[in-house]
Amino acid sequence: MIHSLFLINASGDIFLEKHWKSVVSRSVCDYFFEAQERASEAENVPPVIPTPHHYLLSIYRHKIFFVAVIQSEVPPLFVIEFLHRVVDTFQDYFGVCSEVIIKDNVVVVYEVLEEMLDNGFPLATESNILKELIKPPTILRTVVNTITGSTNVGDQLPTGQLSVVPWRRTGVKYTNNEAYFDVIEEIDAIIDKSGSTITAEIQGVIDACVKLTGMPDLTLSFMNPRLLDDVSFHPCVRFKRWESERILSFIPPDGNFRLLSYHVSAQNLVAIPVYVKHNISFRDSSSLGRFEITVGPKQTMGKTVEGVMVTSQMPKSVLNMTLMPSQGTHVFDPVTKLLSWDVGKINPQKLPSLKGSVSLQAGTSKPDENPTINLQFKIQQLAISGLKVNRLDMYGEKYKPFKGIKYMTKAGKFQVRT
Amino acid sequence: MTDSKYFTTTKKGEIFELKAELNSDKKEKKKEAVKKVIASMTVGKDVSALFPDVVNCMQTDNLELKKLVYLYLMNYAKSQPDMAIMAVNTFVKDCEDPNPLIRALAVRTMGCIRVDKITEYLCEPLRKCLKDEDPYVRKTAAVCVAKLHDINAQLVEDQGFLDTLKDLISDSNPMVVANAVAALSEIAESHPSSNLLDLNPQSINKLLTALNECTEWGQIFILDCLANYMPKDDREAQSICERVTPRLSHANSAVVLSAVKVLMKFMEMLSKDLDYYGTLLKKLAPPLVTLLSAEPELQYVALRNINLIVQKRPEILKHEMKVFFVKYNDPIYVKLEKLDIMIRLASQANIAQVLAELKEYATEVDVDFVRKAVRAIGRCAIKVEQSAERCVSTLLDLIQTKVNYVVQEAIVVIKDIFRKYPNKYESVIATLCENLDSLDEPEARAAMIWIVGEYAERIDNADELLESFLEGFHDESTQVQLQLLTAIVKLFLKKPTETQELVQQVLSLATQDSDNPDLRDRGYIYWRLLSTDPVAAKEVVLAEKPLISEETDLIEPTLLDELICYIGTLASVYHKPPSAFVEGSRGVVHKSLPPRTGSSESAESPDTAPSGGPAADQPSVIPTQGDLLGDLLNLDLGPPVSGPPMATSTVQMGAVDLLGDSLMGDESEGLRSDVGGSPAMGGSGGSFTPAPSTTAPTNVGAPLGSGLGDLFDLTGGVGTLSGSYVAPKTVWLPAMKAKGLEISGTFSRQVGSISMDLVLTNKALQVMSDFAIQFNRNSFGLAPAAPLQVHAPLAPNQSVEISLPLNTVGSVMKMEPLNNLQVAVKNNIDVFYFSTLYPLHILFVEDGKMERQMFLATWKDMPNENETQFQIKDCSLNADAVSSKLQGSNIFTIAKRNVEGQDMLYQSLKLTNGIWVLAELRIQPSNPSFTLSLKCRAPEVSQYIYQAYETILKN
Repeated sequence: MIHSLFLINASGDIFLEKHWKSVVSRSVCDYFFEAQERASEAENVPPVIPTPHHYLLSIYRHKIFFVAVIQSEVPPLFVIEFLHRVVDTFQDYFGVCSEVIIKDNVVVVYEVLEEMLDNGFPLATESNILKELIKPPTILRTVVNTITGSTNVGDQLPTGQLSVVPWRRTGVKYTNNEAYFDVIEEIDAIIDKSGSTITAEIQGVIDACVKLTGMPDLTLSFMNPRLLDDVSFHPCVRFKRWESERILSFIPPDGNFRLLSYHVSAQNLVAIPVYVKHNISFRDSSSLGRFEITVGPKQTMGKTVEGVMVTSQMPKSVLNMTLMPSQGTHVFDPVTKLLSWDVGKINPQKLPSLKGSVSLQAGTSKPDENPTINLQFKIQQLAISGLKVNRLDMYGEKYKPFKGIKYMTKAGKFQVRT
Repeated sequence: MTDSKYFTTTKKGEIFELKAELNSDKKEKKKEAVKKVIASMTVGKDVSALFPDVVNCMQTDNLELKKLVYLYLMNYAKSQPDMAIMAVNTFVKDCEDPNPLIRALAVRTMGCIRVDKITEYLCEPLRKCLKDEDPYVRKTAAVCVAKLHDINAQLVEDQGFLDTLKDLISDSNPMVVANAVAALSEIAESHPSSNLLDLNPQSINKLLTALNECTEWGQIFILDCLANYMPKDDREAQSICERVTPRLSHANSAVVLSAVKVLMKFMEMLSKDLDYYGTLLKKLAPPLVTLLSAEPELQYVALRNINLIVQKRPEILKHEMKVFFVKYNDPIYVKLEKLDIMIRLASQANIAQVLAELKEYATEVDVDFVRKAVRAIGRCAIKVEQSAERCVSTLLDLIQTKVNYVVQEAIVVIKDIFRKYPNKYESVIATLCENLDSLDEPEARAAMIWIVGEYAERIDNADELLESFLEGFHDESTQVQLQLLTAIVKLFLKKPTETQELVQQVLSLATQDSDNPDLRDRGYIYWRLLSTDPVAAKEVVLAEKPLISEETDLIEPTLLDELICYIGTLASVYHKPPSAFVEGSRGVVHKSLPPRTGSSESAESPDTAPSGGPAADQPSVIPTQGDLLGDLLNLDLGPPVSGPPMATSTVQMGAVDLLGDSLMGDESEGLRSDVGGSPAMGGSGGSFTPAPSTTAPTNVGAPLGSGLGDLFDLTGGVGTLSGSYVAPKTVWLPAMKAKGLEISGTFSRQVGSISMDLVLTNKALQVMSDFAIQFNRNSFGLAPAAPLQVHAPLAPNQSVEISLPLNTVGSVMKMEPLNNLQVAVKNNIDVFYFSTLYPLHILFVEDGKMERQMFLATWKDMPNENETQFQIKDCSLNADAVSSKLQGSNIFTIAKRNVEGQDMLYQSLKLTNGIWVLAELRIQPSNPSFTLSLKCRAPEVSQYIYQAYETILKN
């Protein structure tokens, strides 16, 4: 099981260590540093590193490496999933997860880590339960604690810990009972030079924010549940009911949680809401190259595409770019060679474009690789897969909750090759 | 006010200050002080000096303070064992606390204090907690048993905690069950032989119920535990699969992958005809695809596992090629893995898409990735024949880009394409030659030199090209030097007139100026070969090369099966069984897939041992080509045993392959075609060491290629290479049935020819003459190659011995049994009929030795239904003796491995009608029964091959 955890910042300092069994010397991280040095970028550090006596499994999030040390055969996904859970928990507790925040709250961090694992076995990882065990720091509580001498450690056994619905605590009370569901879809796509789709798939999630009194039992049904053939559920969802009736039936956790994530695969036709017209050519070092891109809406079901952001990693030999956008602002960083253009909204009557010239470093030859264009965008009130919620019902409680459903489509890894 | 202030107290005397604060009367100050201590501890400062003061704070009703002190204790108790004793009383008291949270906390913390003296006091409270009324305490106590076991295993056993833990598997609370399983699994890992987790259908049912209700982590433990269970039949397997399938929709990827493991394993037991089997296959694809949309670290582990799954059951993901397309901002480790899987999934149906993608990748920035992409194009060409042409033109396009490393990679793979499709794409050679100057990597240079040498007759200026390489001969790497030597010799054999000077130059460079024994020895061999017998040299050096196999990096099938049982573990990330790398895994239990129990198995012989069972040792076998060299040392062909030792030469066959392959490195060309010798060289002595040695050149015997046999035949040197086992003669036709003619006989095979050795005895009173013989049509087309010649009439009571040569070109008809032969013999009296069974090994041909890579690919290629297992009982030979004995009968050992004391022999043989049979023979030193697994495209022969094995080995 998980032996130890080291938190390492980008400059290679270990700023926190936690051991759940015997203490493992931090020199074990030297193997990690070696791998880090070999990798060109932090993202490329391999997630599994063998050392003579241990294995180091790491994730990289928020510019921090979370390095777990294990000694025996343990499912690596279990460890990596757990590490991600640790980061999520920190985020949940402190709002952001950064080195400064972790250092500021080191004792809470330590207490939380101690609750999450026992002897390397996961103990309490549901944030609902953790928050009952160790209360997240708030300014108010700090003040109150100092005055009254009370603590931020709960002395009651968390109610959810052992019930059949471990994800929900009992005795929840709200004056405004509300349940909000956000259907968020991200399109991952690769578009080739000529504009045709090589692969496109949709990663969808339904995130919920449920603040309901008591033990509500909810059912959520869809207009077109057939779209959902590849789904991962929150443990609260009753799988049998889904299998037989295609209805989501569940007792929700209290607060924010991810009810469901789904995947609409490349087999189904995925609508591509935007297109990019591009004309990029590098001439040999003597003269300037040309650069021109235009972004336009495609299958948007009449909705506006907004929050459009275009980024592209230019080849090393590009010295500078002189560009004029028809709207928005653009930046070219001559050090990292990253071009980014914040477009904003697309107006179908007047398509945004970015035109200009590229100058190469003197003496270098024409670059071999073609830059890939990375696109971000948002479309409100649209689930691009066509998924629609039919109705939401509540049983088990008497009051009438306020219900709301929001749809949104975003670009995930949306890449256009040139 | 944040905790970061705790980090600022680095000035001198801080310990002293903290000490004062810890002993303060004010609760609040105390707590703050402990917090400071903890903060210092987390960043690795030594605050152990404060031990007594911190422990003093333990007696408190403030839970947070208590927890903090416990944290401190866990960290430092080991360094201050005597002081730690002070804490025991509080622990014992806390274990009686009415608040379950405190009881659990106490037992949990106690287990973390790794001090023997404390452990003794732990036993009683732990026993109570294991039976606590509150499940939260029980579940914590379950883990505590594992902790205690880690500290003092003996104590745990003596105290009977293991049994209590086993009882907890039937606990009413699913969380307790999950933790008990987790604890037992961890304990079992250090006790591979124990039967801690012996599961029966009842406990399985309990686990499956708990599976639905426990936490995600608990589900992982339970699923991993389920995977070790061996269902008793396919029905049970199916019902477990049905109950595990919902886990595929879990949000936690570790749960999903563990469920995939259970399903992949139990699927083995389901018959492919079942509808359910197809449903299950379909259900496996979506969750695997979904794993690829997770964070990159999870993707990486998932991809490593998918790599295994794709090799075992390609049908699951065959339509999902697109999800493996690389995004330009994927981390490099994800990119490389995706590329690997793309190649494995490439087929005629999707090759166009794949090629377009690969071409795109070849223009990316990351050098490693680009190289691998170019290599992948070559692999596509070799894998999908229809695409070869397009691949070659894609590679040519890439060469035109003139990007140095792209060109070099392209040349390396084009060489392989030439090997796979000879005489098809040589038109591109001209383009390749243009890039000669830009090659600076040894592998690319060697590949180019190979191409020039191999196609010397088509390249007008081949001599100039090779000469240009020769200039810097001593600066080249060994790989290039060896290749250059061979290429120039090839060139010389093709164009002897113009290149005499060149060949002399290279031979003298190799033999006189080089310190490298491999190079020197190869130089000498060529030199002598050329000077003694140029014809033989031509036969050897320019021999036709065996085709290279389709996929070069397949995992050996037994290992693959074992790895499937380890899906989701580190083993699956490294593609090695845990015994190969997990520290402290003392004799890890090997896992193996369960045998299929469907009706298709009826062909198996009754002796077949159940190969399954989680405890049945399934050794790991031939590693992939990566460690070819290490492997060679295991590859012992052994001297030919049957037949008399060779009279004229003292050549040792054992040395041979070793030299060859290690010379060539992973150059795909085998030694067989390149190195050889003539018998004349053998005279100088037999004291030849079997490693690439530094023996002085004059002492070199003759390191002959394994194609030696051919060479001997060529030069008429020694001929008695092979003589397979000959059974004693038996009576085929008794005299009373044939009017006084008695025929007894046997079959033999010598140097490639089959003969029927007959004794005809005249037991009648009259003279017999005019003998003739005829065979009925039979399974392998055996027929007399010459008429039956009995020179003189056979007088009464006289007998004559005749050896009748046979061939296999007669007409074929399937007989029952397969090896039945109906014979008609005629003499002046009458025509007599009899039938006999011939042993199959007379049909094993001399060139039945398969290439290693080919063997792997073929084994993998054949469906599992074609595999049959047999037991060879009461055979006391060791592996080497077995291997040489079988080689006498043309059953060739391709590789030998020793795994956990067992010897595994991998063998191949070929029948006269071209059917290949692959065999895996498992020999345990203590056990006289061998296990023989045979795989063959025509499984009906397996039975007879097995008989042949038995006959050969027992005589």
